[in-house]
Formats: sequence, C-alpha cells, structure tokens
Amino acid sequence: MKTGGFKEIFITSLIKVCGYSAIIFVGMIFIFLIKEGSPALVRVSLENFLQIRWYPIEDRFGILPLIGGSLIVTAGAAIFSVPLGLASAVYIAEVTPRWAREILKPLVEILGGLPSVMLGFIGILVIIPALREALNLPTGLTAFAGSLILGGMAIPTIVSVAEDALDAVPKTYREAALAMGATRWQTIWRVTLPAAKSGVLTAVMLGVGRAIGETMTVMMVTGNAAVFPTGLGALFKPVRTMTATIAAEMGEVASGSTHYHVLFFIGIVLFLISLTVNLIAASVVFRQRKRAERILS
Amino acid sequence: MTARNNFSATMGNRVNASFSQRRKWTQRLGFTGLTLATLATVTPILLIIIHIFSSGLPGISWPFLIEFPREGMRAGGILPAIIGTFWLTLGTAVFSVPLGIGAAIYLSEYASENRWTRAIRIAIINLAGIPSIVYGLFGLGLFVIFLRLGTSILAGSMTLAIMTLPVIISTTEEALRAVPNSFRVVSISLGGTRWQTIRRVVLPQALPGILTGVVLGLERAAGETAPILFTVAAFYLPRLPSSVFDATMALPYHLFVISTQVPGMPIQIQYGTAVVLLTFVLLMNITATVIRSWARARRQW
Repeated sequence: MKTGGFKEIFITSLIKVCGYSAIIFVGMIFIFLIKEGSPALVRVSLENFLQIRWYPIEDRFGILPLIGGSLIVTAGAAIFSVPLGLASAVYIAEVTPRWAREILKPLVEILGGLPSVMLGFIGILVIIPALREALNLPTGLTAFAGSLILGGMAIPTIVSVAEDALDAVPKTYREAALAMGATRWQTIWRVTLPAAKSGVLTAVMLGVGRAIGETMTVMMVTGNAAVFPTGLGALFKPVRTMTATIAAEMGEVASGSTHYHVLFFIGIVLFLISLTVNLIAASVVFRQRKRAERILS
Repeated sequence: MTARNNFSATMGNRVNASFSQRRKWTQRLGFTGLTLATLATVTPILLIIIHIFSSGLPGISWPFLIEFPREGMRAGGILPAIIGTFWLTLGTAVFSVPLGIGAAIYLSEYASENRWTRAIRIAIINLAGIPSIVYGLFGLGLFVIFLRLGTSILAGSMTLAIMTLPVIISTTEEALRAVPNSFRVVSISLGGTRWQTIRRVVLPQALPGILTGVVLGLERAAGETAPILFTVAAFYLPRLPSSVFDATMALPYHLFVISTQVPGMPIQIQYGTAVVLLTFVLLMNITATVIRSWARARRQW
C-alpha cells in the first residue's frame, strides 16, 4: 500500500484523535463533576447528607428523599415499560409480517425522538388532570404521573435493543424448533427468547437507565416535593427526583456556594449510576460478540 | 387384543387432538396479548401527535412565526426561540459532525480490535447513557465557568455536540462497515493511499447512511432542554443573538417556560409552540427515514 507522505500522516493522526475523543470526553465529564462536586463532601457532613430533609436554605442537604424519589419513579416506569416494551419487541420481531414491521419500527422510533419537554407538556395539560379525576387525588402531580410518562420514554429503547437481539438469533434455531413440531408460540418462548436472553436483559437495563436520567418530564409532572417516599402510597403523592432537583435549583444558586457544590455532587451520583448500568450492559454486549466469534470460527 | 389396541389408539389420538387444540389456543391467546400490548405502545404515540397538531394548528399564523413575544410572552410570536433553536442545531452540527465522522472512520477503517479500541467503544456506550442534565452540569463547569464562555450559543452548542456524538459515531460506523471490502481492495490495488480510498471510495458510498445518522443525532439535540438550561438558554430576550457569545431563547426551553413558569399563559400560544417544535423534530425524523429508504432502494451492492 502507498503511504502517501506528510498529508496522509497528518490526516491519519487527526482521525486517531477523533477516535479517542469519546474516552477524552468521558474522562473530562468525570473530572469536572469531581472538581465542582467534591467540595460538597468537605463542607457538608455525612449525617447532613444522610438525613431525610432536603431544605438547602437551612443548610439541610439530605439527599435520601431525592434518591428515593428517583427510585420510586423509575421503578414505576419499569413496571409499565418492561412488559409493554418486550411484548412489542417480540411482536415486531417474531409475529408481525414484514410490511407491518416497516411501519411499527419507525413509529416507535418517533416516540424515542419526541422531546422530553413536549411529553411533559402533554403530561401537564392532559394526563395530570385525567389522573386527578380518575383516582380522586388532591393533585395529579405525582410519582405515578412521572412513571407513566417515563415508562413511555423507556419503551423505544427497550423495543429497539430487544428487537435487535431477537433478530440476531439464527434462523436455524427457529426452523429446528418448528420442524420438531413446536408451535410458533412455543418456539418464541422456549427457543428464541432464551437464545436472546442477554440482549433482552441489556434492553431492559438501558431502558431503565434512561428513565433514571430523564429530567424535564419528571420536573414538570411529579410535583417536586422533597418528601421521603415510604410504601406504595407514595406513588400517588408528589416526589422530587435527583435530576429535577439539579435542573430546578442550579439556575438560582450562586456559583461556588455549598448548595452549588451539592448539586454537582448529585450529578456525580447520577453519573456513577449511569456508568454502572452501561458498563454492565457493555460487558454483556462484548461477551455476546465473543461467543458469536467462537461459534463462527 | 385388537379391540384394546384400537381403543388405546383412539384414546391417544383424542389426547393428541386436545393437546394440539390447547397449543393452538395458547398460541392464539398469546399472539392476541402481544398484539394488544403493541397497540398499547403505538396508539398513544399517534394520539399525542394528533392531539398536538389538532389543538395547535389553529393558533399558527404567519405573525406567530415571525414576531417577537409581547406582553410578558402572553401575546405575539416566538421568532427568537425558532431562530435560537436553528442556531443551536447548526452550532451542534459544526462541532459534532466532523468529530463524529472522524471517530467513526477511525473505528471502522483504522482501529484494530485491541484493548484500546474496546475502551473507545465502552466510552461511547457510556456517553450515550449519561443523563442529559449531567451534560448540562458538565457544560456549565467546563465551557461556561472554566473556559469563561459565559451562557452563550458557543457553550450550548459544544455541550449538545458532545451529547450527540455517540449517535453520530455509531450510525456512521455502521454505514462505513456496510461498504463491501472489495471496494477498498480495488482502490488500494489501483495505487490509492488509505486516505484516498476512504475519501473517494468509502465515504461517498456510505454518505446516505452517514446523513441519516447525523440528522437523527441533530434531531435529539434540537429537542433537548436539560443540557441548555445552564449553558445558553434565556428566559426572555428582546432581541436576536448577534454573535456566538450571546445567550439565546430556544424552542424546547421556551415551551418549558410558558407551560410551567408563566401564569395566565394563553393555551393557544402553548400549543402553537408545541406544534412548531414537533414539526421541527418530525421533519428531521422523516428526512432521516426518507434518506435511508432511498439509499437502500438505490444501492447496488
């Protein structure tokens, strides 16, 4: 191969820098979160962090209600989105004919592309009043409303990742099962789904991970009351999530104040959660690829 | 003896028949369940889109699109928000497109499968999963405060660009990898260098796929609110931004502001703004889909 002199070398190194940019950015994001967030650990005692009151004006920085709020909204979202998302993925990948698939997939992708602020807007104007009426609540701005909409936002991720995983199961598996006399339903349950298990798990994790990190929708529809959620009844009361707290309060704090650093500290917590979820998902993906390579070689 | 054999054979058939009956019913029931679940997923999407267009379109008029907001945003148009989102999307493209395509070229054409390449892939997966509000914090810490850019189009575009990178990298890489290897072999055997091969052979072939990825990435950037909250978005500005160092209004943030922060906001203006944002996003989505299917139909390999 010709090497092509100086210009070629220059372009090659430029492309290499671009290639490594993703690592650089993840590193920089972590460094800047640490830089702005770590002073919080010095200025705020551990007991202060681990109390159940978030009241920054009185220097009470209990992050437990915020973590609890994020968890309850996300758990609620998972209850909606996991069964619906997986069922849709199975339907699109295994049951429906090709032409219907070409319509359904782009439709679900459109849901994934809808701006979160627009779903929040629909939430405020349509879903919140409907919930208040239907469930006879004092306010519709509840964790449940957040779960409902976040579930909808997690579905596109779950559907597309799980559908890819099901699609990647070799055709011969299905043919073998059908030839043995299994119905299509049995083939799906006992052959295709188990074969795509790790991809399906990845889909669920990425979907739920997206729900934890969602900001604008939850800020608009969950009522933002920093109350520690206890029991199932909390699903029908206002809550406040970690993401919404940052979004709502960062605009009003003085840069460099304790409150400012604490908000960045919450950012670190969110970053670490998404890092964990994605590292596990990535390791599943890589293990799968290795296994595929072994079978092929 | 014969009678008994006959008897057991009939029994067996009957058992078999009812067994296969049951299997058939299970399947029918299961498929119905799956169909209903899919309908439950898809119908709300259509309902949302129809609801926004039917409630918002009557409020759309020419003045609404080309006028400034008046009377505390309760009257007039949304021109500054439209222009702002346009500049932000363009700014995002300026940073993320060259960087993203470069990274994809590296991954598909240069990198060998080693530990470092794996680290890059893991980093991309992580970038894709970081919550948008954390990008906002990062943009605030690095661009606004550390680099002293202030809340500006520049800071906001760069924040959005980093957030958009994973989408552009992964779709572009997929498009590059889809180009058959024989194309590269021919070019190199004719005396082309590696870069000439990429530039004149691989990139043109992969162009539609790359465009699809770029448009999908920018679609996401155009609709995001959380990353621009602290880096560029302004509540209200009486004039248009005059340079990249100015803050600007933006459609998604404007929709947030008028639907939660301003009391007594006319519903027409809220739905009108939602329609404009939705049109912006849907147009990009449709563009991407059209490019993709056009390229698929036209492809010769």
